[in-house]
Parts: sequence; C-alpha cells; structure tokens
Amino acid sequence: MDKSKITETEISIDKLIAQDRDELARFVEVYSPRIYRLAMKILNNEQDAEDVLQETFIKAIHAISGFEGRSSLSTWLYRIATNEALMLLRRHSPGTVSIDTPAEEDEEDQEALQIVDWSNQPEVKLSAKEVRLQINEAVSRLPLGQREVFALREIEGLSVKETAEILNVSESVVKTRLLRARMRLRQVLNDYFIERQKREVTDD
Amino acid sequence: MTENGDCCDYCAMISEFIDGELPPDLCALLEEHLASCDNCTIVLNTMKKTIELYREDEGIEDLPEGVKRRLFTTLSLSDYLPK
Ligand SMILES: [Zn+2]
Repeated sequence: MDKSKITETEISIDKLIAQDRDELARFVEVYSPRIYRLAMKILNNEQDAEDVLQETFIKAIHAISGFEGRSSLSTWLYRIATNEALMLLRRHSPGTVSIDTPAEEDEEDQEALQIVDWSNQPEVKLSAKEVRLQINEAVSRLPLGQREVFALREIEGLSVKETAEILNVSESVVKTRLLRARMRLRQVLNDYFIERQKREVTDD
Repeated sequence: MTENGDCCDYCAMISEFIDGELPPDLCALLEEHLASCDNCTIVLNTMKKTIELYREDEGIEDLPEGVKRRLFTTLSLSDYLPK
C-alpha cells in the first residue's frame, strides 16, 4: 500500500490535464490493476470487468481537467469505476439491479448460530485454496451494495469515509453494509468448516 | 444476555472493534461482555479470521496481458506497451 501511495504523488495532475502522453501512460499503468480488481470483485465477470476498466479510463482521461483534487486521484477513479459498473449492471438487467439487501438475506444472517470456533483449526491453513473458492463464491452472491463496500473497504483498503464518498451514501450505511457482508462471509466459512469437520469424523 | 438476539447487538461493535474504530467506552462495554459470553468471543475470533483470510493474497497483480494490451490500444497508448 505504501508503494502505491508514493507512486500516486509522483503522478502530475498538471501533466495529465495537458494530456501529456508519457504521464497518461504512467497513470494508466499505475491505476489499471486496482480498477480491474475492483471491477472483478463487483461484477465477477472478466468481460464486464474489462469493459468497465476501459470505460473508466476513457472517461477519466476525458474528464481529468475537471479533477479538482478534493479527493485523491484514486478515490476519484474508484468513483468513476463504481458508477460504470452500476451502469453496466443496469444495462444488462434493467429494473432488477437492487443495491440493497433483499429482505430474506437479513433473516438468513440470523439463522441458527452454531457455536464452533474454527479460527485456530489447522484445516484453515491446509485448505487455503478451497477456502478462497468459498469466499469468492460468497462475495459474488452478496447484494450489490455490500459487494461495493466489501471491494472498496476490505480489498482496496479505503476508509469508511472514503468509501461513503465514492458510493455517495452515509458512513453509517457503509458500516451497516460492511457488517452484513462480514457476517455473511463469516457464516459461509462457518458452515464450510463445520461441514468439513463432520466429513472428517465420518471418514475415520 | 442469555439469548442470541441480545448478542446480535454486539456484532456491530465487534466489527468496529476489529477495525480499531470502536470508541473507548464501548470497547470497555464489549470487553466486559466478551469475558462472560462464549458466543460473542467466537464471533470475534472467527470474524477476525474471516477478514484475515479474504485479505490474504489480495496483492495487486499485473493486469492479464490481453486486458492490458486492449486497454492501452483503446486509449491510443499502445506504443507504451512492452515490445
Ligand atoms: Zn454475547
């Protein structure tokens, strides 16, 4: 993260505004991996993520003269990218894109808590690859609003405040969505490890 | 605090606690509760672990080669691609 911060300060906004090609190329080089990762987390589809990546930089380069430096360059880019992702989802399935949690999801979270502390189980280390699959699967099934918060806050490491600014929602909305996403993913891993334990017992 | 329902109030605190963003007075309240509630202690441990697991190897990777090539080409910057 420190490395990216240093690079960020090295990019000259003035040169970008002047459409200096060397600087534009560096700008794209530095930020494109993060924007692509964000788009992948929100869209879970390589083609869609690539479309959003391209649109984000086309728009950013076009609109850079309007960048006022009130937020950091990366925050500004993340905002363009999340908007693009949302527009793409709406184009693909008009009328069905809901940012909020579907009602059932809430109840699901409260389902029978099985009290098992798997956090120190050796299986957690041994099955890293399978765990990762479980997590990715679960993230892709989170409601859009939670997925956005998850990607920005948990993966890109932005603060609650920055995440709220990018998504144009209040900080308490960010906190609520983050909590729901965390609880949901914890529950998925919980079920996974309990299931595994059962399997191992029957295998013996 | 014997029912699960009551403990759910602590989940939000646990989440902020993990981020180090829980105000000190609420920290004290939560710690007191944790001392006597196995359920919440497990939620804390497993939530921490969950976060650790999904943050693990989320390092920034280079763009897939084709994605990068098409991006630079779209932006008329293909001359900056490695030859
Ligand atoms: Zn409790």
